[in-house]
Amino acid sequence: MPDRFLPSEFIVNVDHQRCRRCKRCILNCGFGVFDFQNMTTADSSKCVACHRCVVFCPEEAITITRNPLAFREHASWDVGLRKAIWKQAQSPGMILTGMGNDKPWLNIFDHLLIDACQVTNPSIDPLREPMELRTYLGRKPARLEIEYDSQGKPVLRGAVENNIMINVPIIFSGMSYGSISLNAQRAIAIAAERLGTLMNTGEGGLHEELYPYANHIIVQCASGRFGVHSKYLNAGVAVEIKIGQGAKPGIGGHLPGEKIGREVSGTRMIPQGTDALSPAPHHDIYSIEDLRQLIYALKEATGYKPVSVKIATVHNVAAIASGIARAGADMIYLDGFRGGTGASPAIVRDHVGIPIEIAIAVVDEQLRSEGIRNMVSIIAAGGIRSSADVVKAIALGADAVAIGTAALVAMGCRLCQKCYTGNCSWGIATQRPELTSRLDPDWGAERLVNLVNSWSLEVKEVLGALGINAIESLRGNRDRLRSLGLDPATNEVLGVRPAGM
Amino acid sequence: MEKIGKYKEWKPDLWRVPSACGLSGFINRDGGLVSGEVIIDSMRVMNERGNGLGGGFAGYGIYPEYADYYAIHIMFESQEGKHACEKLLEDNVVLEKMEEIPKETSERITDPPILWRYFCKPRVEKILECGKSEDDFIVDLVMSINTSVPGSFVFSSGKNMGVFKAVGFAEDVGEFYRLGDYRGHAWIGHTRFPTNTPGWWGGAHPFNILDWSVVHNGEISSYGTNKRYLEMFGYKCTLLTDTEVMAYLFDLLIRKHRLPIEIACAVMAAPFWKDMDSAGEEERRLYESLRAVYGGALVNGPFAVIVGFSRGIIGLNDRIKLRPLVAAEKDEYLYISSEEAAIREICPKPDRVWAPRAGKPVIGMLKDGV
Amino acid sequence: MDGVRQASRSEEEVKVAELDARGIHYKELNEKIRSLIESGYEEIVLNGVNGQRYIGDGLVHNVRIVINGVPGNDLGAFMDGPRIVVNDNAQDGVGNTMNSGVIVVRGHAGDVIGYGMRSGKIFIRDDVGYRTGIHMKSYREQVPVIVVGGRAGDFLGEYMAGGIIVVLGLSSDSKDLVGHYTGTGMHGGVIYLAEEIDESKLGSEVRIFQADKTDIERLNALLAEFSDLTGLDVSKVDPRSFVKLLPVSHRPYGNMYVY
Repeated sequence: MPDRFLPSEFIVNVDHQRCRRCKRCILNCGFGVFDFQNMTTADSSKCVACHRCVVFCPEEAITITRNPLAFREHASWDVGLRKAIWKQAQSPGMILTGMGNDKPWLNIFDHLLIDACQVTNPSIDPLREPMELRTYLGRKPARLEIEYDSQGKPVLRGAVENNIMINVPIIFSGMSYGSISLNAQRAIAIAAERLGTLMNTGEGGLHEELYPYANHIIVQCASGRFGVHSKYLNAGVAVEIKIGQGAKPGIGGHLPGEKIGREVSGTRMIPQGTDALSPAPHHDIYSIEDLRQLIYALKEATGYKPVSVKIATVHNVAAIASGIARAGADMIYLDGFRGGTGASPAIVRDHVGIPIEIAIAVVDEQLRSEGIRNMVSIIAAGGIRSSADVVKAIALGADAVAIGTAALVAMGCRLCQKCYTGNCSWGIATQRPELTSRLDPDWGAERLVNLVNSWSLEVKEVLGALGINAIESLRGNRDRLRSLGLDPATNEVLGVRPAGM
Repeated sequence: MEKIGKYKEWKPDLWRVPSACGLSGFINRDGGLVSGEVIIDSMRVMNERGNGLGGGFAGYGIYPEYADYYAIHIMFESQEGKHACEKLLEDNVVLEKMEEIPKETSERITDPPILWRYFCKPRVEKILECGKSEDDFIVDLVMSINTSVPGSFVFSSGKNMGVFKAVGFAEDVGEFYRLGDYRGHAWIGHTRFPTNTPGWWGGAHPFNILDWSVVHNGEISSYGTNKRYLEMFGYKCTLLTDTEVMAYLFDLLIRKHRLPIEIACAVMAAPFWKDMDSAGEEERRLYESLRAVYGGALVNGPFAVIVGFSRGIIGLNDRIKLRPLVAAEKDEYLYISSEEAAIREICPKPDRVWAPRAGKPVIGMLKDGV
Repeated sequence: MDGVRQASRSEEEVKVAELDARGIHYKELNEKIRSLIESGYEEIVLNGVNGQRYIGDGLVHNVRIVINGVPGNDLGAFMDGPRIVVNDNAQDGVGNTMNSGVIVVRGHAGDVIGYGMRSGKIFIRDDVGYRTGIHMKSYREQVPVIVVGGRAGDFLGEYMAGGIIVVLGLSSDSKDLVGHYTGTGMHGGVIYLAEEIDESKLGSEVRIFQADKTDIERLNALLAEFSDLTGLDVSKVDPRSFVKLLPVSHRPYGNMYVY
C-alpha cells in the first residue's frame, strides 16, 4: 500500500511567476511544507493552513486551497469520520486534536438577541456619558453592617475582603507555559497589567520573569502540581484549583517530553524531557469535602487569598457549583464544552460536556435559589468569541468572562488545531526556540490590549443602547435577552423568553 | 416543610443531589448498651467534613420494650398529611403505641416538621391477603407512604432501632433528638456536605429500610444503573439521593436474595477481572457468576459506607478506595469512621487501628446468643 | 499568649513553646503556631491534638513541631522547611505537595501520603494506606523521599515522576508488602521494596531489578536516619536483599495517540 493513504487536507500552490525565491516561506513554516530545489516546492500533505507563509510571502505568490478531491456524499458517513477510521486503522491510538470543539453543535449565543431602548426609556450615549465596566471578583457578604460613630460618621463593620478589582469584565484564561510559549505568556501578562485585568498561569507554574506581573496573575494549582510551591502560591492575587477544562472534562493531560526543555522544566520543576503527566483527578480530591480541604489548605498556605475553582461544564454543573460555593471557594470558573486546549482526544473535546450558555444560566439560577450567589463570582469561559458573547454571558448571569482562543487569534493563531504538534508557526503553541522567538511580546501585548479595548467599547455601546451605565445592571438581566429559534425546553433552562414575548 | 410535596413531584432523574460527608459508627459485640452521647462526641470532631446541611444517626437496641414491633418514624409537613397517613397505617397495621418523637427546642435546628413514631405490627388479615412476609409487607407500606401520601415521609422502619436525622450539623441534630436519653448496642452517625440544598430533612443520612440504615460518603457514579436495577425488584428510588440505592441493595442482596454479607459486598464492590482471572478455578467461577448476574448492583465511583442492621454494622469501601475509612478495635467494641480522630475522641487507646482495604468489608456482629 | 507554656531545652538552647490543642479549631491553632514562630520559638510542642487539619501548612520556617495526638488531614501541606514529628498515628494527605522539610510519624498514616511532593522526607513508622507517593517528582538537587516501616496499600507510586520510596514491611501483620497497581504510570524515580513481589502487582510501566551497590549505600543511609527518627529497630533489614522498581520509560504514554 502507498505510504500516503490519506489525501492531503489542503493544496499549497506556489506561483513560480511571482515567486522571487527569497525562501521566507521555508523559514517561516513550522511544519516543513516547503523546500527548494531550483525552485520553491511544497509538500501539501504537511500543510495545516496556518497561513504563516502566505502572510510572509512578499509577492503573495502562495495560495492554499482546500483539496477539492471529491468523496461520494453520504449524509451519515461524513468525510471526517471516514478519515478518522483510516487514521486509526493505520496506527492504533486515540485521535488527538487541539483548540476547541469544531463540530457544528447549536451555538446558543448565536440564537440570543439583545434588547435596546426605544421611546419608553432612554438609551445612553457612552462616548459622552459615564459607562462603568469595573468588576470585583470574590466572595461578598450577604449584607453589611453599618454603625454610626460618636461623630455621626457611618462606620463599616465586616468589610468586603479579598476581592479583586478588574477594570473590564474580561480576563485571560489559563494557558500554561509549556502548552504556549513564554513569549505568548509574556504578551498576555503585559496586556493584563496594562488593561487592569488578570491572566492565569495555567497549570505549568510561573516563570521567574513573570513574577513582576504577579498583581495581575491568578496562579493555578492543578492535579500535576507542577511548579507549585509556597512562593508561587503567594505570588499571585488568587489561587485557582483547576478541576477540569471544557475541552477535556474528566481527563488528565500529557505534555510530551519534547516540550519540556530547560525553561519549561525549570518552571514546572520537573526533569527535562520527561512527560508532564497531569492526573485526571486531583488525588486529594475525590469528593466535595475533599475540595473544601484543599481550598482551606491553600488559604492556610497563602494567608487566606481568594481561591477560584475551575470546572468543565458537565451535566450536573449547577449542583456542583453550589457545592463549590459552600466548600469555601471565592470564584467559580466555568469552562464550557467549546473551550480550547493544547491537546485533547477528539472524542472528549467534541462530545463531552455542555455549552457555557446553559451552564451560566443554571449555575446562576441555582446559587440565587439557594441564596448564596453572593458567596462566589462566576467567570464564564469556553466559547467567548466576541463582545456580543461577553454581553450575553453577563446577561445570563456571569460576573466576568475569560478569553483564551480569542487572545491567541489576536496574536496570529489561525485555529489550525495542531497545537499538540509543537510546530506552531506563529510562535504561540510551541517551545521550539526558532519559532517562539518570532512572537514579540510587546507586539502581542499591543494586539491584546487593542482587542480588549475594542470589545470594551462595543460592550459600552450596547450597554448604552440598553439604557444601562454600569455592568452590574446587565449581570443576570435575562429580561434584556430574547431567543430566536431555540426550543421551549432550552428557553426555560436559560430563563430567556422567545423573541416577541 | 411544604418542600416535601414539592420535591416529591420532581423527577429524581432530573434532580439528584450529590453529597459527601463524614461517617462514624461502632458496635458493642457483647450487646452492652451505650448512650447516644458517645456517637455525637465522635461526629463533632468531623464538622469540617459537613456543611451543616444534614446530620443524622441510627441507634440499634434502643427500643427494648417494643423489640417485636416495627418502629416507624415519620415526618409530616402538615396535620392533614399526618391524618391521611395515620388512616393508611390503621388500615394496614396494629398500632401498639404512637407518640411524638421527643425533641429539644434548638436555635440551630430550625423549621422542624411534625415528627412522630409508631410501634406496630402488620394486620394478620392483610398479610394473609397479600401472601407476603411481614418484612416485605412493611417495605411495600413504606414505599406506598413515601410515594403516594402527600407530605408524609417514613425515615425509619426497623425493629428495636431508630433513625434520627435533620438539616443541621450532626452534633446539633443529636442534641435536638436528645440522643443522650437512648442507649443502644450500636450507633452510626453522619454529617453531610450536599452540593446543593433542597433544605429537606428527608435528604439527610442515614437512609433506612427495615433495619438497614446506611450512612454514605462519596458519589455513586453508577446511580442510574443501580436505580433502574432496583426498580425491577419493586423498590422506588424517590429520595433524590444516590445513598438510597445502597440501603435497598443491602436489603435486596442480603435479606431477599440471602447472600452472605461478604458476598453481597463483593457484588457491590466487585473484584477486578484481572484479580479474578488469577484466582483459583472455583473462586473465579464464583466471582464471574456474581458479576454476570449482579452487574446492575455493582456500585461504581467513590464511596465509603457504614451500614447498620439488627445483628451488626458493616463498613465498606469502593473497589479502589477513593474514600477514607478507618477501623479500630478495643475489647468488645468495633469502631469504623472516616477519620481516625473521630474514633480516638471516644476511644483514646484502641487495641488496634487499621485501614480496611478497598472492597473488603469490616464486619462487626453481635456475638451468638446476644 | 493564652495556653502557651514556655520552656527551653538548655543543652541546645532551643526556645520551646508548649501548647494545649485540645478542642481548638485548626484555624486558631495554626494562627497560634505562626505567631509563636514569629516570636522566635524554634520548637513547638502541641499536646492533645485530635483531628486538627493543616498543621504546618505552607510554613517556610526552620522550626520543629512536635505533635502529641492524631493530627488531621493535610499535615504539612505545601510545607517548605519545617520538621514535624507525630508521636501517634496520622490521617490522610500527609506532606501534600510539600517542597522541603521532614515529617516523622511514629505510627501509621492514611491515604495519599506525599502527593506531588518535590523534596523533603516523610518517615512513617508503620503502615500507609492507598496512593502513597502518588505523582511525587524530583527536580535538580531536590529529591523527595518516603520511607514506610510497615506496608503500603494499592497504587503506591502511581504516576511517580521522581524521588525515592522505600517500603520495609516491618511492624505489620498484613501479609502483602504492597498492594496492587504499584508504580502504575510511573515515569521517574525509584521504589525500593524489602522483598521481591509478584509482577502481577505492578503497573505495566515498571520492571523489577536487584538493588546494586549504590542502592545499598543509599538504603543504609536512609535506614539509619529512619530508625533514628522513628525509633523502629531496622537491624534485621538487609538492603542487599532489596529489589527496586524502575520505570521502563520517561514517556509511558508517547504512543497513545494518532494525529
